[in-house]
Amino acid sequence: MSTLPLLKVNDVSKFYGSRIGCRNVSFELYAGEVLAIVGESGSGKTTLLSCLSTRLMPTSGIVEYHMRDGQYRDLARMGESERRFLMRTDWGFVHQNPADGLRMTVSAGANVGERLMAVGDRHYGNIRATASDWLERVEIGVDRIDDQPRAFSGGMRQRLQIARNLVTSPRLVFMDEPTGGLDVSVQARLLDLVRGLVHDLGLAAVIVTHDLAVARLLSHRMMVMKDGAVIEQGLTDRVLDDPREPYTQLLVSSILQV
Amino acid sequence: MNDLATYNFAYLDEQTKRMIRRAILKAIAIPGYQVPFASREMPMPYGWGTGGVQVTASILGPEDVLKVIDQGADDTTNAVSIRAFFQKVANVAVTTRTKEATIIQTRHRIPEEKLSEGQTLVYQVPIPEPLRFLEPRETETRKMHALEEYGLMHVKLYEDIARNGHIATTYAYPVKVEGRYVMDPSPTPKFDNPKMHMSEALQLFGAGREKRIYAVPPYTDVVSLDFDDHPFEIQSFDKPCALCGAEDVYLDEVILDDKGGRMFVCSDTDHCEDRRACGHAGHMLARKEAAE
Ligand SMILES: Nc1ncnc2c1ncn2[C@@H]1O[C@H](COP(=O)(O)OP(=O)(O)O)[C@@H](O)[C@H]1O
Ligand SMILES: [Mg+2]
Ligand SMILES: [Zn+2]
Repeated sequence: MSTLPLLKVNDVSKFYGSRIGCRNVSFELYAGEVLAIVGESGSGKTTLLSCLSTRLMPTSGIVEYHMRDGQYRDLARMGESERRFLMRTDWGFVHQNPADGLRMTVSAGANVGERLMAVGDRHYGNIRATASDWLERVEIGVDRIDDQPRAFSGGMRQRLQIARNLVTSPRLVFMDEPTGGLDVSVQARLLDLVRGLVHDLGLAAVIVTHDLAVARLLSHRMMVMKDGAVIEQGLTDRVLDDPREPYTQLLVSSILQV
Repeated sequence: MNDLATYNFAYLDEQTKRMIRRAILKAIAIPGYQVPFASREMPMPYGWGTGGVQVTASILGPEDVLKVIDQGADDTTNAVSIRAFFQKVANVAVTTRTKEATIIQTRHRIPEEKLSEGQTLVYQVPIPEPLRFLEPRETETRKMHALEEYGLMHVKLYEDIARNGHIATTYAYPVKVEGRYVMDPSPTPKFDNPKMHMSEALQLFGAGREKRIYAVPPYTDVVSLDFDDHPFEIQSFDKPCALCGAEDVYLDEVILDDKGGRMFVCSDTDHCEDRRACGHAGHMLARKEAAE
């Protein structure tokens, strides 16, 4: 594990006009580290995730990424072409709704293979073999490789979205409520899968969730957000077992249903 | 059509022609790039090649010799009426002979006869955007072209192979132009793709409804997309043309009777006639002559 952080977030704020999205957020994320962002609806989790992943430009503050060449780059100053390349090679983004992250009208194999083709892979047989591997890794039968995700259950779609993102061996994955729309039993299986993959691949991840159980299971560290600000952060076990802020205590004791 | 006689040479006013010529020049300067232009109403419906007609009208001069083909033939309704239109509004010489034409407006085919310097091929294009199949958003496809993000084209070919065991796309087969822009060659059969590569003739593409013009200048690289293990191949035909015996040409099926009789003949009618005039004969012709 590198001693330099993968992501450096310094005083990031995002305003929608006069409305606060998130404000004055600073933290560092290391390779292989999983950070959970928790908080109730409207607390700014998605806004922050969007600012980190360049889906939104922060109003102020800097997000820097440690590139594979060893240099830190200010994401806001990166050219669009390079940024999009980074997003589909070294990063992943798992949407809550799989339809937002998949091509629903092309086969599962092509969904997984798309990133490979985007970076210049021109061997059909290899692309298909890699896609098969990944379907297996996310527990989708290889016999479904030519089916469109339209024919898949919610849990399968989400697993396909994960495979599609991981096929280029990214170092950093963003997830927005990855278990959000799923039944409880399906959620458990997906969480196990994500935990295994993150561990095996040594992925760094930023996972937005309103579900503290998800944070507990997946994350090393967590940040608690309220009204756009981070009010408490620390190792996940510490925050959940010994919350310092009264608001976090309410969250943890489930008096606040988030 | 009577009042057309009072229109400007080649129907369009000079202002409009200038605008279209500017778009054409830009298109030639950036091979394969789709240049937007203010497409005009033409006295024929979309789908009749109004984009190609506007391009032809803008480059046509009184000395030009015009040929118009549709599916390779000069005598189909579409070709006949476009040719008649230009005879009327520009009084230009027309021909069916590829060699003699300075401008060839086409739908679906590139003539079999090798084109040469000084000739211009004008394509009528219904859908200019090759990425539309998988990405309907215009803002996104524009960005993909600008950033040269063409992975999606291979997703389309991947799907083809996954479904059919081979690349089953037979027409509008995507090409990369001069190593940069991915382009839809319009609904020509992929058989004609190699003819676009390093062509001596200027190739102009007009899409009327979609308001786009693009171009392949003479001597430009045009490469059909493919996979290393599924290389691009053109259609091949089992038999030569039944009338002129030509091989290595694109053939159309012609039904002869209601008992399942049929023959395959050159889709390029001028090419076929030319060969027959030179004494070549396919098996149908030979049989007919023997019977006489
Ligand atoms: N596009 C937007 N325009 C205006 N306000 C927004 C927009 N997106 C989010 N907000 C506001 O920003 C705040 C944080 O929202 P969000 O980041 O979506 O929170 P969360 O993901 O924690 O539910 C909320 O007050 C929300 O109403
Ligand atoms: Mg949210
Ligand atoms: Zn023939």
